[in-house]
Amino acid sequence: MALSREQIAQRVAQELKDGYYVNLGIGIPTLVANYVPEDIEVMLQSENGLLGMGQFPTVDEIDADLINAGKQTVTMAKGASVFDSAESFAMIRGGHVDLTVLGAFEVDVNGNIASYMIPGKLIKGMGGAMDLVAGADNIIVTMTHASKHGVSKLLKSCSLPLTGKGCIKKVLTDLAFIEIKEGKFHLLERAPGVSVKDIIQLTEGELVVTGDIPEMKL
Amino acid sequence: MAGFDKVVSSYEEAMDGLTDNMTIIAGGFGLCGIPENLISEIKRKGTKSLTLVSNNCGVDDFGLGVLLPNRQIKKIVASYVGENAEFERQMMAGELAVELTPQGTLAEKMRAGGAGIPAFFTATGVGTPVAEGKEERSFNGRDYILEEAIVGDFAIVKAWKADRYGNLVFRKTARNFNPLAATAGKITVVEVEELVEVGELDPDQIHTPGIYVNRVIQGSFEKRIEQRTTRPADEAEGKGE
Repeated sequence: MALSREQIAQRVAQELKDGYYVNLGIGIPTLVANYVPEDIEVMLQSENGLLGMGQFPTVDEIDADLINAGKQTVTMAKGASVFDSAESFAMIRGGHVDLTVLGAFEVDVNGNIASYMIPGKLIKGMGGAMDLVAGADNIIVTMTHASKHGVSKLLKSCSLPLTGKGCIKKVLTDLAFIEIKEGKFHLLERAPGVSVKDIIQLTEGELVVTGDIPEMKL
Repeated sequence: MAGFDKVVSSYEEAMDGLTDNMTIIAGGFGLCGIPENLISEIKRKGTKSLTLVSNNCGVDDFGLGVLLPNRQIKKIVASYVGENAEFERQMMAGELAVELTPQGTLAEKMRAGGAGIPAFFTATGVGTPVAEGKEERSFNGRDYILEEAIVGDFAIVKAWKADRYGNLVFRKTARNFNPLAATAGKITVVEVEELVEVGELDPDQIHTPGIYVNRVIQGSFEKRIEQRTTRPADEAEGKGE
């Protein structure tokens, strides 16, 4: 069975480490916050200028001056700090954020990522995604492995305009956890009940399968 | 105005001197911390062919979006747009030029503009459409592109508090691009929720020193929320991050 959005978030959360500063993109990455293991502390960075993002506010706590990068009302966790956008991106570009999780339309075997623009369709913009992929060393891309029509999103070469070049090393899809190195995809784990054959079939770029591939534990 | 007193008494006075074809840098992220009354004044004035530099372009009836129906914006430099239908229509019809700029690059362009730095190198955008036509250079084995600073004829800024000298304090994430915009305007106009007397703000707590600010006006704000997300009150004591 392919992973649900929640399950993808759950698996990503297993990659969090105690003391990590983490930036979560919009969509599935945001859900990761719901699965932070109880025994570790992480601090969420929101690129509009907040380090230490808390949970959503109660109705009484809503504050128009306190939102996240998805423009949702949020609260501040204990120990939070606020700052301007240049400071926020100094953290990101300076490599101070330990883990970035973001979505994509396509990734390829060379670690290229396309996530913001489909030519001919409405272009809304890259927001902070280009800065995040260029600035972070440790990035996990979350996405569906293939389109609804079975067209792979893990490609030999991205077909869409890039968000970043050669910057992605890890991809978690609804079918598999994949590492990118030396110009190839490497299968690390498969979703429960999904066969290696299924994954190979839906992966356009070269996929290296070494030994028995374990199922993800959720 | 006398000495360092930057306070003006009307929005008309606040935006005096704004003319067609000027570049305006605006603070705000989404609808958070936007100079909503200064934007309304630009709409009222009817100034045309403006270049707007702002992270976003508001929604149909609020924020910079209100400048769209009368075609006041010629070009927008932003990182994320399209939250409104009229914007989409004008962009698709080629009536509105859009220069998409990565958010961190946009912030740095403003910061550099205000700091007298004409351009800077960044890894952001290398190998993407953003790099097209830009000088590329390698430092320590990594590629970077040259991005130019932005200076506005006007900067419009929303702060929480100001004193009469234009020293500013922002509140929570309403700070965002505002302090950067404040530095990068030839004329920087700030509207605030609270105006205090000189000496009332703790010098250690001032985010933007008054030297960057030309005009200050006190306003009242709608502070519209774009995405109202909440949790149930009975979970208020629940696990925090």
